[in-house]
Amino acid sequence: MAQSDIADQTSGSGSSAEKGSILYDPKVRGLFFQIVLLAALIAWVLWVRRNTLDNLEAQGQAMGFDFLAGTSGFQILTTLGTWVFDYQVGSSTYWDVFLIGIVNTFAVAFLGIIVATVLGFVMGVFRLSSNFILRGFATVYVEIFRNIPLLLWLFILYFAVLRNLPDKRDKVAIWGESVGLNITGLYAPFPITYEGFWMSAVAVLVAVVLWIILGAVMKKRQEVTGQQFPTFWVGLGMLVAIPTIVFYSTGAPLEWEYPVFTEEGPVLRRGYQAGIGMVIVPEMIAVWAALTLYTAAFIAEIVRAGILAVPHGQSEAAGALGLRPQPTLNLVVIPQALRVIIPPLTSQYLNLTKNSSLAVAIAYPELVSVFAGTALNQVGRALEMVFMMMMVYLFFSIATALFMNWFNSRMRLVER
Amino acid sequence: MSRENYAFVRTEDAPTLAPPPSQVGITGWLWQNVFRSMANYSTVQASIQSGAMVILTAVIFYLGFTGIWKILDFSVFQAVWTDPEGQKRAVCATIQQGGALPNDWYGACWPFVTAKWKLFVYGRFPEPELWRPNLVFAGLAFGITWLVAGSIPRRRLVGAIVLATAAGLAFVYQTMIGVPFYERIGVWLLVIIGGILLAAPTEVGGRIVGLLSLTVLPVAAFILLTGGHLEVSSGFWFGWLPATAALIGFGLAGQRGMLGAAGEALGGTAFSLGVVLAFICGAVFLATIDFGMPVVETAEWGGLLVTLVVALTGIVASLPLGVLLALGRRSSLPAVRLLSTVFIEFWRGVPLITVLFMSSVMLPLFLPEGTEFNKLLRALIGVALFSAAYMAEVIRGGLQAIPKGQYEGAMALGLPFWRMMNLIVLPQALVLVIPGIVNTCIGLFKDTTLVLIIGLFDLLGSIQSSFTDPTWSTPVQSMTGYILAATIFFLFCFGMSRYSMYMEQKLRRGHSR
Repeated sequence: MAQSDIADQTSGSGSSAEKGSILYDPKVRGLFFQIVLLAALIAWVLWVRRNTLDNLEAQGQAMGFDFLAGTSGFQILTTLGTWVFDYQVGSSTYWDVFLIGIVNTFAVAFLGIIVATVLGFVMGVFRLSSNFILRGFATVYVEIFRNIPLLLWLFILYFAVLRNLPDKRDKVAIWGESVGLNITGLYAPFPITYEGFWMSAVAVLVAVVLWIILGAVMKKRQEVTGQQFPTFWVGLGMLVAIPTIVFYSTGAPLEWEYPVFTEEGPVLRRGYQAGIGMVIVPEMIAVWAALTLYTAAFIAEIVRAGILAVPHGQSEAAGALGLRPQPTLNLVVIPQALRVIIPPLTSQYLNLTKNSSLAVAIAYPELVSVFAGTALNQVGRALEMVFMMMMVYLFFSIATALFMNWFNSRMRLVER
Repeated sequence: MSRENYAFVRTEDAPTLAPPPSQVGITGWLWQNVFRSMANYSTVQASIQSGAMVILTAVIFYLGFTGIWKILDFSVFQAVWTDPEGQKRAVCATIQQGGALPNDWYGACWPFVTAKWKLFVYGRFPEPELWRPNLVFAGLAFGITWLVAGSIPRRRLVGAIVLATAAGLAFVYQTMIGVPFYERIGVWLLVIIGGILLAAPTEVGGRIVGLLSLTVLPVAAFILLTGGHLEVSSGFWFGWLPATAALIGFGLAGQRGMLGAAGEALGGTAFSLGVVLAFICGAVFLATIDFGMPVVETAEWGGLLVTLVVALTGIVASLPLGVLLALGRRSSLPAVRLLSTVFIEFWRGVPLITVLFMSSVMLPLFLPEGTEFNKLLRALIGVALFSAAYMAEVIRGGLQAIPKGQYEGAMALGLPFWRMMNLIVLPQALVLVIPGIVNTCIGLFKDTTLVLIIGLFDLLGSIQSSFTDPTWSTPVQSMTGYILAATIFFLFCFGMSRYSMYMEQKLRRGHSR
């Protein structure tokens, strides 16, 4: 009796729920809320579009990307970008300015990533050292650089350090006559290549390819026969030897143009002579150094966490198998640590690239500064220019995200 | 058998030997932590490694030592501390530069900071109105101390020390500098912080204060800082007041079953929405009242005040937005999921500067013609949306860590979606990611410096702008200002990171029970 009562009740309530409550049906509710959301979104977009068109009309502006063909009328600091695209005031277009901005952004990001990775790995390993001096130094380094804003570092390096260097009639010698520093930048020898240099460049590529092939072949041999081969040293030897031989057999088609520093003569002619040798502007040095030092502190923490994430049992097991400390590190600890390190490391690289936009504060001509800053003031096409600038960063973010997905699926632990 | 038959039996314990010198004392510590890593010369390889370690340690020691020495030398030993004769720049200038200091002098110029500190803290906020930001700072100090009071070890002792410091500072001001101590905000802040630490907040009190600091404090801070006088068109009231009343009425009636199935189904949602709207209407109403305070335009705000306003608005706005976005990204509804994902990935994919550029250049274009739009408000909107995307990803991590059984258990209890999230899932998920949330807050706090690029004067911007004052211009001026800014940012960020580490440890202990 009681049993059937309960059964009646449950079936009763169930049927009433089925009958009377289309409102309680999750599918109907979900559909309803999504339609409301989409309708609101479309209404909002239309409203924004209406307002934007009205505002542009009131300002007498049109929309479109035709301004990109117009010639730009402002100077850009001599950097890699202006050198690559041979920037000339009055004949180069705004499209050139855009490309120069991209090149300068990635020049500083690329250099920053390389040095920050090296410095970050060194500091990360130092933080785990049993040597108090190394550990303490790395800890202080990481805490100081992580807890002070990047923009402040940029200002300290640029306004307080590089702006206080000797003026353009004077210098600080770094490497004798060939490398020197003053308020106008870092002067260094500039490589001038002659015909046939491309063969040496190709030789480097060939050596790298040979190294990869050698590695694959020797790995296969080791799997079959158990014999090891010193791939690293042979590869390194090839990388040094092949380009060197090619370089000298083509007649050494490279010359270094040394900067010229004049100490005599009329005051206005003293100092480094323009156009001779290579000059790296102080803005670039400041951005590069600030990005590197700041990001390296984060990379150090990632490296430390990655190494700590490999359980102690792993190296103990390797020791029990008879592996020596060096192969244990190379074959057991580092591969597992890298699996933890690489995803956050990539996002740090992305952060560094995005943070290079802070260079606008000291007028290093990267994308934001030269395109959304100077060019925007000249042309006034805010909508299109900010859109283009955002798309560049977004493109690289999404490309990195795709790479990370590919990497994660490749490195994922294969379980039975 | 007797004992004598054995060759040797020890009848008492061997004496405990002192530990070897390599284990104890300063030498032991040095051996363990410094020299042991470079003392192995048994094989060729070990000798090379040890030798390399010696060189490396020496180089690093030299670098670290000179670095610390240079900073100390600049900011303490060489520094000029006071300017008793009011000489301004001459007090920090060398003979060559027109002062009295030796030509190779290079040190901090602290009188410059003493002369400018009001600019660094309040910007150009009018002098007679300074009590208003001070009151906001006091409220903030109160709320934050209350929040972290439970996590400070030996809280009472720390509180007593803070109070003693306040007393000492008051004494120094009163007798040695000759400024009445009650005119010094620093003294009052220390009194508040020390008082709360001593008074031991209770659990219930903590919740009430938490609720107050989330509702009353922002409204009060807004009115105090701007001075109220908010102008709202009558259309606002005609539109929003009836809507609020209708939502609350519908919700109450629906929940009591007066409106049938539809009312019952949507009553809860309508009521919650109505309460939020009522709160907003109330806050707007309060802001329109004339409290007799003169209006202070946001263009006159600056310094630490702007830094804190931007950072706290970003944090407070990004938490609820981040929760919504995180839930949206994990939703089973495809449109909601897609929109949330696109929103999050867009904001995370672009640098904050471009966001600020966009909000300062493009936002006015998006709004109806003639809408007057405050520069600070534009930056705040950009910062809030930007940080919401980052917060959403952190919170999503927490949501993913909650086992499916928790969701299923809540559903089995018959809890509707928002109840399930509010009562079961979010309390667990948010607690799990507190370290991540604090890290995002640290990042946001550091990123507030970027607002100077769009022409707002935050702490760094105010310091940077003070360098143009010719009455103080010396070569050491910029380094002095930057060291001050670096110290302030370091204290805030380092404090937050320690708090997050403490929370992490506390949470880990909870799980290993």
